[in-house]
Amino acid sequence: MAIIELRNICHAYNGIQKNEKDTIYAVKDINQIYPDGSAVALLGPSGCGKTTLLEIISGLLVPTKGQIFFDGKDVTSLNAKQRHIAQVFQFPVVYDSMNVYGNLAFPLRNDGVDSDKIRERVYEVAKYLEITDLLKYSVTKLTAADKQKVSLGRGIVRPDTAAVLLDEPLTVIDPKAQWGLRRKLKQVQKELNITMIYVTHDQHEALTFAEHVTVMDVGKIEQTGSPKELHENPESTFVGYFIGSPGMNFIDVKVNPGGKLDFSGTSILIAGKIADKLLETGKYFTLGIRPEYIILYKTETESCISGKVKIVEDNGTYQIITTQIGALDIKSRAPESMEITYGDIVWLHLNQDKIKFFKEGKKFPLQPINQKSSNMEEY
Amino acid sequence: MNYNNKAWLLLIPALVVMATTAFIPLITVINYSLHYIFSGAIPEFVGFSNYVEVLRDPKFLGTLGRQLVFSFAILAVEIPLGIMIALSLPSKGVGVGISLVLLGIPLLIPYNVVGIVWRLFSSSNIGFIPEVLSWIDYSYNVSLHAMDATITLFILDVWHWTPLVVLLSYAGYQAIPDVYFRAAEIDGSSTWKTFRYVILPHLRPVLLIAFLLRFMDSFKIYAEPLLLTGGGPGDTTTYMSLFVARKAESYELGYAGAVSIIYLLIVMIGSWLFFQVINTLGKGKGEK
Repeated sequence: MAIIELRNICHAYNGIQKNEKDTIYAVKDINQIYPDGSAVALLGPSGCGKTTLLEIISGLLVPTKGQIFFDGKDVTSLNAKQRHIAQVFQFPVVYDSMNVYGNLAFPLRNDGVDSDKIRERVYEVAKYLEITDLLKYSVTKLTAADKQKVSLGRGIVRPDTAAVLLDEPLTVIDPKAQWGLRRKLKQVQKELNITMIYVTHDQHEALTFAEHVTVMDVGKIEQTGSPKELHENPESTFVGYFIGSPGMNFIDVKVNPGGKLDFSGTSILIAGKIADKLLETGKYFTLGIRPEYIILYKTETESCISGKVKIVEDNGTYQIITTQIGALDIKSRAPESMEITYGDIVWLHLNQDKIKFFKEGKKFPLQPINQKSSNMEEY
Repeated sequence: MNYNNKAWLLLIPALVVMATTAFIPLITVINYSLHYIFSGAIPEFVGFSNYVEVLRDPKFLGTLGRQLVFSFAILAVEIPLGIMIALSLPSKGVGVGISLVLLGIPLLIPYNVVGIVWRLFSSSNIGFIPEVLSWIDYSYNVSLHAMDATITLFILDVWHWTPLVVLLSYAGYQAIPDVYFRAAEIDGSSTWKTFRYVILPHLRPVLLIAFLLRFMDSFKIYAEPLLLTGGGPGDTTTYMSLFVARKAESYELGYAGAVSIIYLLIVMIGSWLFFQVINTLGKGKGEK
């Protein structure tokens, strides 16, 4: 187990060009510290550089710039084996010509561990993964989920494994088995106190697995925080939109003294104190609010904005209502019981406490920045 | 004829082709093998006595033994050599195209041309093989020395057909997903273990095809010995096909028919055994 620290990591697949402008960075200026025994998720859309970052951590790629430290030791030039990194891939990688026992024992045999110790350890790991009864089976007969467990087992069978990297490990697992496997992953991570870094583009997987989620957008880290922090306090409009289903609503507003915000032919009132603070830096901001924090009324209600229902989506537990206000679409949630149809006129109330302001895509700090929650670099 | 029965008509083209190329010749040969046939006379039904005669014939047994040794030697050399070459080929760049074309050339040359080319190579007057060997005072002569003839045929076959094994193995090797090698590296696998547990199991399907093709084809070798040595000196390079052909040429059709059927059974049983062995070999093994 190890503390993993990334210091000023940059990687350009075509190398650093003479002209800095020509250099195409896959990831740039990455600074992160992941504490020992933590469950970390790297979350981002396809092509954002999360696999590049994972390969840099695993030792498959040497970054063009920057250093990686495991427990304070520079491991930048070491390979995966020397770093004691284990990896679980998107597709289950197992050795077909060995049975489950042989697969789990393989890394230990390669290390020259004696067979009694191997046996003991393999049974221990198999017990954790609940595959003891499968040990004698040929791996070719297992389901994808069990193969993925074997693959994870090979990763954690070495007692000195520094971290396990998981690269979208649930992609080929059928939805029903995904739930069980994810629970198992989390349980193993907690019980064995292993640092696990989980790469995914699925926010649901990331948020349920990890205690620290690093959200990435093309080549850079947008924010690292707990699932709650990402939800409640997105550092940027990207995080606000990417996390949540549906993502945050963003409204370009003009701030007036006294607290009136103009947008799309209508306006709302916010606290004068906040407006004053905003006006110190400018008049134009982006207001962000999660659909969960907009209350929808079917009758005229005070301090609301009104619009026409454009889309009603029912996901079984609640409805997602898209309301058109001028040229603007605002999404909100409504309970199942509410009868809403296309074309209804509705009134929306924005929860004042949950409104966030962004300037040029970044969060505008209204309150002093909360050190603990905002950044993992402070560890 | 109702609607459904019309579907049977669609099988006719395939049945005609199969009948003319396989069933009718096969039945004809079986028919021959059960008769004593002498040119001009009426064939006489003799039951299995041709088979008994064949199996007691030291010439047949000698040929069969020679054939088995030849085929197993071919497999023992061409398969490992093919895999080795495939693994050492470049995996990308211009080298790939160049290597594959060079390896493909022997496969494109017709059998009889190969035979003639090697006859020229080994000709005692003008061939380069006797010339080169004369430098080390070895007097090479395929029409006098049985060993020379056998080894030359063997090398000819290795040259001609190893590329097939290479191409099959190369395709199989390239199809192995990269993650397997990464996983093996992480697991601290040695080069040999990676070969044994990653490469070889993934090559199993293509190796099965390579094994079967090389076994059957080498068992049927005909044009090369015919052109290179004519089956000699003596009958030291007379393999099964040549043996059957010689018997048929001398109008011993009943005997030749019986040899053909035995020959067919040997090839079929051999292929089936290879299929079984390779298909189960090392599958799901591993100790408790």
